[in-house]
Amino acid sequence: MNNNLKEQVLRSSGVNVLKCMRCGKCSGTCPSYDEMEYHPHQFVYMVEKGDIDTLMNSKSIYKCLTCFACVDRCPRNVEPAKVVEAVRLAAVRQQGNNHMNPNQIPDMLDDDMPQQAIVTAFRKYIK
Amino acid sequence: METFTYYPGCTLRTQAKDLDRYARSSAEALGISLEEPSDWQCCGGAYTTAKDEIATKLSAVRTLNSAKENGRPLITVCSACHNVIKQTNYDISNDEEMASKVNNYLKLDEPYNGETTVYHYLELLRDVIGFDNLSQKVVNPFKGKKIAAYYGCLLLRPSKALAMDDPENPVIMEDFIKAIGGTPVIYAQRNECCGGYITLEDKAQAAKRSSAVMQSAKDQGADMIITACPLCLYNLKKNSGSDLPVYYFTELLAEALGVKEESNE
Repeated sequence: MNNNLKEQVLRSSGVNVLKCMRCGKCSGTCPSYDEMEYHPHQFVYMVEKGDIDTLMNSKSIYKCLTCFACVDRCPRNVEPAKVVEAVRLAAVRQQGNNHMNPNQIPDMLDDDMPQQAIVTAFRKYIK
Repeated sequence: METFTYYPGCTLRTQAKDLDRYARSSAEALGISLEEPSDWQCCGGAYTTAKDEIATKLSAVRTLNSAKENGRPLITVCSACHNVIKQTNYDISNDEEMASKVNNYLKLDEPYNGETTVYHYLELLRDVIGFDNLSQKVVNPFKGKKIAAYYGCLLLRPSKALAMDDPENPVIMEDFIKAIGGTPVIYAQRNECCGGYITLEDKAQAAKRSSAVMQSAKDQGADMIITACPLCLYNLKKNSGSDLPVYYFTELLAEALGVKEESNE
């Protein structure tokens, strides 16, 4: 239980995790479900419990595609993607904890790769 | 001729030149003048929803403010730019604390509080020109062509900020397809994610998502698929393994209006 981190994630996301009724619709609709160790409904639950470190150390935080399906389809308007984003920011804002190094980028490119993919990855993975 | 502020974004200047050039030539054919600000910046590709992220929202606010200063609505074409700019505008209009932090940072001559109206190019066609008027200007109709509209995520969600259409049962792209003489194809995956930027580090996941979209369109008998997003186009073409043709909606628009050849470089 880490109360400081929990407060930070709640404030940064603006999400009221207590609204969640655990229906699992967010995880059911998530395009990254199979790739995630912890799923959107677990993010909401674990943040409520204050178990932030586990999430910060999981690769799941880099699997959210920001498609906003969980945000739009949540019957309680919890907006789980905002929780995932806040946890990921808590991780990448730490010194030396960027998820991607600009030097890696050239090897990831091909002749057709849109710039949009690169700038989005920078927004998501690097501080 | 009605004039609008036009924001192309970084990808339309590089990998997605077709999306841009056909948008411009079609607008001209439809009597719309697009004025590009000289000092626009990249939108950042993805909106940061976090309330304590201010710097990452500033480039979109600069674009919105530049349109406000011109006194003209803002037109976007790229789905990602549209999403970032619309969400920024929504939050700055509804979150006073964020608006205050942004304005303290930017120190504009006059604070920006969400005054600019933002239209995606498809909304320009629907709400300003009108699909009925558009259909009357079509010289090369896509008669008999079964066209699948791919919305993806960014045009529709989050729907309270984007407010383009019903996020689960949209019609704007299907109405566009009808206006240019084609037959729209409805399929299950039209508003599900293509994999987006995950293609940079996880090709398998991008392949899984984009092939699901293409297969779903093909199963419903589509001859082609159209999108407004450069990254969707990339994933559907490069990562899906499907041979279904993928085009920008502006390319079909220019062809229907008979201005496609003139706009070749």
